[in-house]
Amino acid sequence: MRIEELRERVCAMYPDLCPLFSIEFGDGSIAVPLERVHSAAADLKDMGFDRLGMVTAVDRGDEFEIVYRLQSRDLRAAMFLKAAVPKNDPVVPSMCDLWPAAEWQEREVFDLFGIVFDGHPDLRRILLPEDWSGHPLRKDYADDRIVRRPDYI
Amino acid sequence: MRTEELTLNLGPSHPSTHGVCRLVVRLDGEVVTHVEPVIGHLHRGIEKMAENRTYLQVVPLTDRLDYVGSMYANWAYCRAVERLAGIRVPERAEYLRVIVCELQRIASHMMGIGSSAADTGATSAFLYAFAQRDLVIDLFEALCGARLTYNYVRPGGVAFDLPEGWVEQCRSFVAQHPSAMLEIDELFFGNVIARARLKGIGVLDADTAVAWGVSGPSARGSGVDWDLRRDDPYSVYPRFDFDVVVGSNGDAYDRARVRLWECIESCRIIEQALDQLEPGPVMAEGLPRLLAPRPGDAYDHIESARGSLGVYLVSDGSVRPYRMKVRSPAFCNLAVLPLIATGHTLSDLLVILGSLDPVFGEVDR
Repeated sequence: MRIEELRERVCAMYPDLCPLFSIEFGDGSIAVPLERVHSAAADLKDMGFDRLGMVTAVDRGDEFEIVYRLQSRDLRAAMFLKAAVPKNDPVVPSMCDLWPAAEWQEREVFDLFGIVFDGHPDLRRILLPEDWSGHPLRKDYADDRIVRRPDYI
Repeated sequence: MRTEELTLNLGPSHPSTHGVCRLVVRLDGEVVTHVEPVIGHLHRGIEKMAENRTYLQVVPLTDRLDYVGSMYANWAYCRAVERLAGIRVPERAEYLRVIVCELQRIASHMMGIGSSAADTGATSAFLYAFAQRDLVIDLFEALCGARLTYNYVRPGGVAFDLPEGWVEQCRSFVAQHPSAMLEIDELFFGNVIARARLKGIGVLDADTAVAWGVSGPSARGSGVDWDLRRDDPYSVYPRFDFDVVVGSNGDAYDRARVRLWECIESCRIIEQALDQLEPGPVMAEGLPRLLAPRPGDAYDHIESARGSLGVYLVSDGSVRPYRMKVRSPAFCNLAVLPLIATGHTLSDLLVILGSLDPVFGEVDR
């Protein structure tokens, strides 16, 4: 499916969110308010996005951004679903009920960013040891062993 | 007689776990009632390290993700960078990327089939597979000097053009490889012991594979007819005639055998690519020494030997990636292990793990 066609279908479903659909570097992306991210994901799954390709997060400074990449074999399309997550209360609804693929990936985001997934059946660290303190992919993560490389190379 | 459940710790350093993987297994007699993979022993924080390096300096890090298929991670990363920075890759470089990555698929699948053979005690098939793998590694060594971490695909093209005589050496490899595969097919997949050990073991159905995000040969063994080379065509793949190999039973046997037939398809692709290869530059011209793509985020993926390998890059306009995320197929594929291994015996658990062909450099990153 061409990306413009995808935009039309998403806009027909969510007229109010249409301005939030952007096309960047050839990829469609929709940013929704956090409280609607789960229902939007469920609707997109019904539309044919049967695969949750990737779950990740980005530390945007003032807030986190949670990023889902949805893929569809039948539609031959892929898109991003994004939502801003406040840093003082980083809680995101878990997608495990829609796609079990979220289970390990959400554990990884929890491990490396400290974002809590509400409704996750088994939210524990996955890559780092259980007794690790802090979440390394946060930009304010401090560790003496990290040596900042000089800017001139 | 009094019986009780036994909890067994396997690994993290154990020859049958195919890398640094720890499995905590609960056993009822010899039957697995629960298995929990404990991963992260090889976690080096490559995504964090990438934030402290320039775009070009990240390429050697990607070599160390899937160390059985370094070319893939090179390529996936470079595609994401090229998408972000708007770099057009010369045609010859695209062909060379396809050729080395299909060779890499063969090398990696030889490892996968070889370890499935070794798991079931078929040492001869393991050695036959590794002999083929070594021929590919020799080709890579002639091409870029390295046998494991190639650092060959770079943003904008590839590092070196082909050395003299390489095309002929590659053609003679491709000419003999399919018959070697048919030999392994007979020697191993036709063997009554291998069939008894692999058939009906670790069955993964197609719907579960999709829901759990399983991709690559592990999903195609279950009948999921999905291959990015055909379904989300990238690079010059639309110019080649090849078939996507799909299994039907979703057991360890089909997963391993899909890999074998994929090698033969890879040979077809390499032959066509060598035929179509034209002289020309192998690196985009006028690239700055320090790339600083405009702010934004881009994702690109390729079909690696393990499945859909994606790289998500966020740029803030500086010379370093603001965030790099590797969508690792080995990580996602491994997540189904508890699901498909429960109810089998301990010896089958290791066969099932091997049939998913995980590489822990990529699982743990």
